[in-house]
Amino acid sequence: MNKLLFLLQKEFKQIFRNPTILRMIIIMPILQLILLPLAADYEVKNITVSIVDLDHSPYSNRLIHKIDASSYFKLVEYSPSYRKSLKTVGDGKTDLILTIPRGFEKTLIKENSAKLHLATDAVNGIRGGLGSAYLAQVVGDFNREIREEWLVLPRNSEIPQIEVTSANWYNPYSKYPLFMVPGILVVLVTMVGAFMTALNIVAEKEVGTIEQLNVTPLKKHEFILGKLIPFWVLGMVSITIGMVVAFVIFRILPVGSFLTIYAFSAVYLFGVLGIGLLISTFSDTQQQATLFAFFAMMVFILLGGLYTPIEGMPRWSQILTYFNPPSYLIKIVRAIYIKGSLFSDLKNDFYILIAFAIGFNGLAILNYRKRMA
Amino acid sequence: MSSISVKNITKTYEKGKVLALDNISLEVKSGELFGLIGPDGAGKTTLFRILTTLLVADQGQATVAGLDVVKNLWDIRKIVGYMPGKFSLYQDLSIEENLNFFATVFNTTVEENFHLIEDIYVQIEPFKKRLAGKLSGGMKQKLALCCALIHQPKVLFLDEPTTGVDPVSRKEFWDMLDRLKSRGITILVSTPYMDEASRCDRIALIQKGKILDIDTLKNIISKNTQLLLAVKGEERFRLLNDIRAYEDTLTCFAFGEENHVVLKSGTEKVDSLSKYLADKNHKGVEIKAIEPNIEDTFIKLMLESENPQ
Repeated sequence: MNKLLFLLQKEFKQIFRNPTILRMIIIMPILQLILLPLAADYEVKNITVSIVDLDHSPYSNRLIHKIDASSYFKLVEYSPSYRKSLKTVGDGKTDLILTIPRGFEKTLIKENSAKLHLATDAVNGIRGGLGSAYLAQVVGDFNREIREEWLVLPRNSEIPQIEVTSANWYNPYSKYPLFMVPGILVVLVTMVGAFMTALNIVAEKEVGTIEQLNVTPLKKHEFILGKLIPFWVLGMVSITIGMVVAFVIFRILPVGSFLTIYAFSAVYLFGVLGIGLLISTFSDTQQQATLFAFFAMMVFILLGGLYTPIEGMPRWSQILTYFNPPSYLIKIVRAIYIKGSLFSDLKNDFYILIAFAIGFNGLAILNYRKRMA
Repeated sequence: MSSISVKNITKTYEKGKVLALDNISLEVKSGELFGLIGPDGAGKTTLFRILTTLLVADQGQATVAGLDVVKNLWDIRKIVGYMPGKFSLYQDLSIEENLNFFATVFNTTVEENFHLIEDIYVQIEPFKKRLAGKLSGGMKQKLALCCALIHQPKVLFLDEPTTGVDPVSRKEFWDMLDRLKSRGITILVSTPYMDEASRCDRIALIQKGKILDIDTLKNIISKNTQLLLAVKGEERFRLLNDIRAYEDTLTCFAFGEENHVVLKSGTEKVDSLSKYLADKNHKGVEIKAIEPNIEDTFIKLMLESENPQ
């Protein structure tokens, strides 16, 4: 016990002497929490539209005004021909081209239907898809308006209409930071827990100190605990800093309890520490460990539901997310932060996190034994 | 009583493709200062790693202080001190902190065994707050030795402790080993420097995983009965090549400004060698018979082991 305390003391001394680690733990949460929620925003605005009006009629004018009035669109060009317009798409200046054909108004009145042509730059799929959907909505509105005018000239006779109004639950104003912040907290804890531990252990291999330790009566479990405990503490510190930053900058506080967040993070951290230990068993240099960590982090984030909702993924990758620890904690922390879920609501996830902790540490220890006789 | 006993140890790397130690046996007596002497890649470090329980041999047995290196590894780890060839202490801890750390790991304190390291420690004590990574090479060696000694080991393993250390510090280091030996600690030390062989009680010459000979330095040299000539001349490089091209030459190696030459016919035909060199227009040629030194002997044993007659 005394020996373990001494090991911990030594480890903390080294950590506090290493400015990079301190910077990582203090500055990384602040930067990530400030930048990412503000920068990563799904709302697509300022879609540039180029109009090819071949009709020049009052109706076509009205449609164009309607588009211009929408906050989503920016009319960048009136072009005499579609072909010319297409060039601006190629230059990246226009996202959408709306072509109003000659005789649009005439056909609409005469035949009760008319066609418009919409072309989308699909290099950025999300932007293109959302842009054309918004534009279709505007055209739909326009269609409804003119039909109402035709049908009922006397304004007072009501025609039945269904209007849908939606309310956003839990995040009523769809505040993007409220969605992102809990996820970023998880990323932070994962980085500290898994990768800083891995790098730290591999550094001992690289410098050769592990060999010196192996010739001492120091037991493997003492060494491992001496490594895991400090990074467990650092992980808890980093999530605390993260939550403070979230409050100071975005005024975001969890609806649920801090204690629940700490309880889940505490167990989760043991799991990711196991991942770190596992990485360290099969890397010999910090370079290898870094590359491996980088790869793992990409998978963790992309399959974790931080940016893209897991429900929107294909079935096979949804199954993969079951084995991705961050996906659980991201879901959990979001639930606590946004919905105020209680511990009892998330009990199953708690068991899964415990299973991860046992699984990864078990694997790491097996591999550690095998590799170091 | 033997303190270290190695019997028929064989170790290969990369699934048997690289032979690091080839059926090695040796005994080190208790209280002996034993030198393992051989060039880089001879297998010295592998043997150290096996004896310090870091590696398991493919075949053979080894004991340290009567304890089997595989079965009793935890007992061995308590009683041996190991100083790896590469500096392996915490660079971001100070001298004092490193020493305290290793003392604690061995369940002891610096005070308890201070008498053992005192005369080494006083030399680095003025810098005890300095981080180990910021020490000079010689000071690092001294700190590493202190850390290896802090638990009063029975057997000390020093893997190339003087490599990369200046000649004065090297001499000091060997003086320290003499003092440790006088305290009854068995020391196994490896070195690529042949001149350090004279500081050991006995030495083992090792080359390509094989032991060429084990004995005292004096005996090893006296067993070497080859007749050796030292040949000096003005154009050293041309001289070396010409001697090597001479039909009666068995071996010829450059040693400083001399060439050490062994002739197939011994020393009988020295005259014909000097005539041959005179014909080749070499000026200032001096030839004299000399006693072989350890390096000559090592080369002889090495060549013999490579081309067994």
